[in-house]
Amino acid sequence: MRCSENWPGNEKDLNGRTAHITAYFTAHFTAHHTAHKMNRFAAFIKKEFRHILRDRRTLLILFGMPVVQVLLFGFVLTNEIKDAAIAVLDPSHDAQSIALTNKMVSSGYFKIEQYLNTPAELEQAFKEGSIKLALVFPNDFGHSLAHNNKASLQIIGDASDPNTATTLINYAQAIIGDYQATYNRASIPISIGAETHMRYNPEQKAVFNFVPGVMTLILMLVSAMMTSITLAREKELGTMEVLLVSPLQPIQIILGKTTPYLVLSFLNAVLVVILGIFIFGMPMRGSLLLLGAECFLYMFVSLALGIFISTRTKDQMSAMFFSALGLMMPTMLLSGFIFPRESMPWILQKIGMAIPATWFNPIIKGIMIKGVGLETLGVQTAVLGGMAIFFIAISLRSFKDRLE
Amino acid sequence: MINIENISKSYDGVLALDNISLNVKPGELFGILGPDGAGKTTLIRILATLIKADSGTGTLAGLDLVKDYRKIRTIVGYMPGRFSLYQDLTVRENLEFFANVFGTTIQQSYDLIRDIYVQIEPFNERRAGALSGGMKQKLALCCAMIHLPKVLLLDEPGTGVDPVSRKEFWDMLKHLRSTGITIFVSTANMDEAEKCDRVVLLQKGKLLASGTPSEITAAYPHPLYAVRANDMYRLINDLRTLDQAAGCYAFGEYAHLSMLSDNLNTKDIQHFLERKGHEDVEVLPTTANIEDCFIELM
Repeated sequence: MRCSENWPGNEKDLNGRTAHITAYFTAHFTAHHTAHKMNRFAAFIKKEFRHILRDRRTLLILFGMPVVQVLLFGFVLTNEIKDAAIAVLDPSHDAQSIALTNKMVSSGYFKIEQYLNTPAELEQAFKEGSIKLALVFPNDFGHSLAHNNKASLQIIGDASDPNTATTLINYAQAIIGDYQATYNRASIPISIGAETHMRYNPEQKAVFNFVPGVMTLILMLVSAMMTSITLAREKELGTMEVLLVSPLQPIQIILGKTTPYLVLSFLNAVLVVILGIFIFGMPMRGSLLLLGAECFLYMFVSLALGIFISTRTKDQMSAMFFSALGLMMPTMLLSGFIFPRESMPWILQKIGMAIPATWFNPIIKGIMIKGVGLETLGVQTAVLGGMAIFFIAISLRSFKDRLE
Repeated sequence: MINIENISKSYDGVLALDNISLNVKPGELFGILGPDGAGKTTLIRILATLIKADSGTGTLAGLDLVKDYRKIRTIVGYMPGRFSLYQDLTVRENLEFFANVFGTTIQQSYDLIRDIYVQIEPFNERRAGALSGGMKQKLALCCAMIHLPKVLLLDEPGTGVDPVSRKEFWDMLKHLRSTGITIFVSTANMDEAEKCDRVVLLQKGKLLASGTPSEITAAYPHPLYAVRANDMYRLINDLRTLDQAAGCYAFGEYAHLSMLSDNLNTKDIQHFLERKGHEDVEVLPTTANIEDCFIELM
């Protein structure tokens, strides 16, 4: 490996160093001229870990953030709806309307908050916010259905929360369609109904979406943002000047600064996967080894982006700002983590394709949920690999070994 | 040891260094004296290979400042103007880190840094950020010379340091020079400049004078008097109105008065002041210091 060429160091050196440190504590700097060629790389890594372990904010971001994000997305931002409060205005009150209402309630999505007597009460209930949806039957629902073979009813949603309203109305329509199908089957011999079936995630659990999403976000955060900040910090505090005027090569400075974050990112990935599997029941159907390897690939891309940002900024604040704005936001909004890419305008879809998470997200889902391997994830992996090479080349080129 | 010719450098159209040439001999303690913004940091950074000059050439230990910058970086010790060590690491950790980066250890270099290091060694486990200004500079100097550099580049090491620590620091530099290290140091402080073997005066990117401190002061062209009276402010204003006065500036409890000619002697000046109503007047002929020369050349 190239590392070992750049940092001449071997087993003997490491042992020698242990002895040397012990000697320091006992002899307290008696000047003995034993030749110690201490491993430069090891010294750099040691220093970097000291920075990390001594900075509470860094520690908090590194280990608090993943846990908080997984739990937040898991428990708070779920888009599954259960027991939504609804109201029913049913002046016809016949067998059909009662049967349909019962079917609604037994689905588990709805619970009846109140039965209404007048349309005025409906207005009141929505204004109070006590209901999310109202079912309004006409006077002659059952009669009309029996004699005219058709009837209509109103579903009124509270669109002040449009996402919830749309979801609830979709649920309600599905239930009505279902009811209609059973009713048809009783009267007319043949009826064809379109049946939808959600594969892999039949219950449409949000966890299947956010665990991979959080992983793309956390790895980007730690690899890119923390790397850009730690490199910008050396610039801001002036220590980069001192490092540059030393025998260290730029590549040694970069590797020394980034390796600890690579290790910590990986620990974070492991943490998120463990939380996903054991707390939220995420499956792990594919190869763990492949998942680990793909994580490293994604981390290389992120690290390179972080290095690139640090070469363009002078202080920690702007490094943080550019990482947040240029990397975190697109990762969250455009990669398909929170909003489906299919429904985005054409231009945003195209921009989304330049975001590493867009390619990494399907890889995680593919491995964990579908249990597929490289044979199906080849394209995504190749794109990530290409991005890694491209960004590493760019960031190494733009890393200046002078001050201007 | 250091040889630069016709170096110029500008930032955004503003000339920071204007056609600078100078020559530093091996083992010399060489100073650049100049006010803030004179171009001292730019010059030191060019020597440290951190920035490239727009024009002109230079060598350090026979190595080209641009082509051989990698080699130069292994033989210089550089101490930036701002304290640039890791504040969250302890004294020992900082020293250990820089020793390792330069492929050595604290033990190996102990003899080299001992004189300075013994003073900060009691604070080995203290974080660098919690040290006093003087201690920080001593630690930075230790870190800069832990690898036995051939040339030390020090950017205003005396700034932000109390007078006692500053004197100690300069004593160390003199001691270091005796070990054969070439030291290139910038300062905005006249007292420090007088401690150098040779010094150049830098103002707005231009070299005003160069030579040993005594050569520079000997070249002062005017008769110079140290004058004292009760009311310093009024004294200086009155002296400036004196016929043939070239300039008058305060130096501690005395005002230095330079005259265009020696038509007036000390008695004449004393009478002039007493007529103006000054009390406890004292007028002495004096020799110029570096600051007088600087003001004269500016």
